[in-house]
Amino acid sequence: MTEPFVSRGFRGRGRPGATAARLPPGQYETPDFPVLSAGPTPRTPLATWDFLFRGADGPAARWTWDEFQALPHETVNTDIHCVTKWSKLDTIWEGVSLDTLLAEAATRGVKSAPYVLAVSDGGYTTNLPLADVAGGKAWVAVKYQGVPLTPEHGGPARLLVPHLYFWKSAKWVRQLRFMEHDEAGFWESFGYHNYGDPWREQRYSGDP
Amino acid sequence: MVTRGVSSGTAATREPGSSTLRSAAIAWRLATVVDVVTETPRARTLVLDVPGWPGHRAGQHVDVRLTADDGYQAERSYSIASAPEDARIALTVQRLDDGEVSPYLTDVLRGGDRLELRGPIGGYFVWGVALGGPLFLVAGGSGIVPLMAMLRHRAAVLTANSDARHGVPTRLLYSSRRWEDVFYRAELAPLAEDDETLEVALTLTHEAPPGWTGFRRLIDRRMLAEVAWPPAERPKVFVCGPTPLVEAVATALVELGHDPALVKTERFGPTGGSGSAA
Repeated sequence: MTEPFVSRGFRGRGRPGATAARLPPGQYETPDFPVLSAGPTPRTPLATWDFLFRGADGPAARWTWDEFQALPHETVNTDIHCVTKWSKLDTIWEGVSLDTLLAEAATRGVKSAPYVLAVSDGGYTTNLPLADVAGGKAWVAVKYQGVPLTPEHGGPARLLVPHLYFWKSAKWVRQLRFMEHDEAGFWESFGYHNYGDPWREQRYSGDP
Repeated sequence: MVTRGVSSGTAATREPGSSTLRSAAIAWRLATVVDVVTETPRARTLVLDVPGWPGHRAGQHVDVRLTADDGYQAERSYSIASAPEDARIALTVQRLDDGEVSPYLTDVLRGGDRLELRGPIGGYFVWGVALGGPLFLVAGGSGIVPLMAMLRHRAAVLTANSDARHGVPTRLLYSSRRWEDVFYRAELAPLAEDDETLEVALTLTHEAPPGWTGFRRLIDRRMLAEVAWPPAERPKVFVCGPTPLVEAVATALVELGHDPALVKTERFGPTGGSGSAA
């Protein structure tokens, strides 16, 4: 279909405000924070929580909750975009930059690789190129709007990769694994786009 | 503590590296509205003729795109209510009074109008008779829509092959505010009456008609223990509804001993007020 079909009698109301330029194609702004996940919400006690950064083979770096909290934290103000069409502007997160974790992992002998798989409690996974989690583009967030993340929103810790659709920001993240070759994660193997750039509207497998 | 502004308006400058299998894009199609059916005071079913529709699985959804005459577009997702066996695609849409798209679909659109959509979308919250049972479906409000596609699919297959029905004993627990808010109520009762392997339990949370014998409260752990298949039977569970209902149901099912891997959820709606991370 080349020409978009004009819907009889539809006006819509999302037109240009101050924030329109911050909405990727097909997205609308919501003041709410909807919850989307594929199964029951896992609840891991902080006493047994840990975070692992695994090499493609060989050693892994491990942090307990207290060790993780002792790493430098950053505050991030960002817009987030969910593939289900909502965007939320100016969300404020606090967490550990992936740059910090990458550097720490490297000093502990974890061998880098071109792709990363995030693995969460409950079995959720998502895949990302290393280039998209390095260089100030990704965090492991532990707070949202100044308060600890609730389990529904991925607490105690979730990935935050705001330049990609929000399913890449895996809730309940416990592990990052380096991979020599790209490998589809959970939604990526159920028909969603492998990369997920909202500005190119890469929602589903096959989108340009 | 470093404060770092991140502009999400910065598109990635780098192509993804090697990619997984690429498939053809899901095409936008121009559907024709064949019929509009009133389900509840706030919900209508759009019956659509979709040329070239590639078929779907029960539980999947479509993206709908509306375009104004100045080119402004709005997109939303809606679950498919019809069975894969049906010739036409049915979407049941509940009007959100402050919504941008749903009031157009429920109040403006009429037979003969056309509508752009693409799909089917989603490969996880799906069920087919081949996946077997027992099946336990839990719905809140308009969350019944994708589950109705599963029930209709099941009925279509089992009508053709009644021997198969013992392989997929099914229970539905469906929560609505009032009787008039129950989607598909004229269809659900005969569906259950004609099939000894399908049980339908309704709960009305706000108001019930005189003589009501069903449940009269929000779905809770006790109700789930009463209605659900025992965890030892390893039922396949699908829960769809507003976030608080889905959270409560999924959590209670896991507490009752159901395997989290067998509990598939689909949630919609906000979690609370603006800025709430609750």
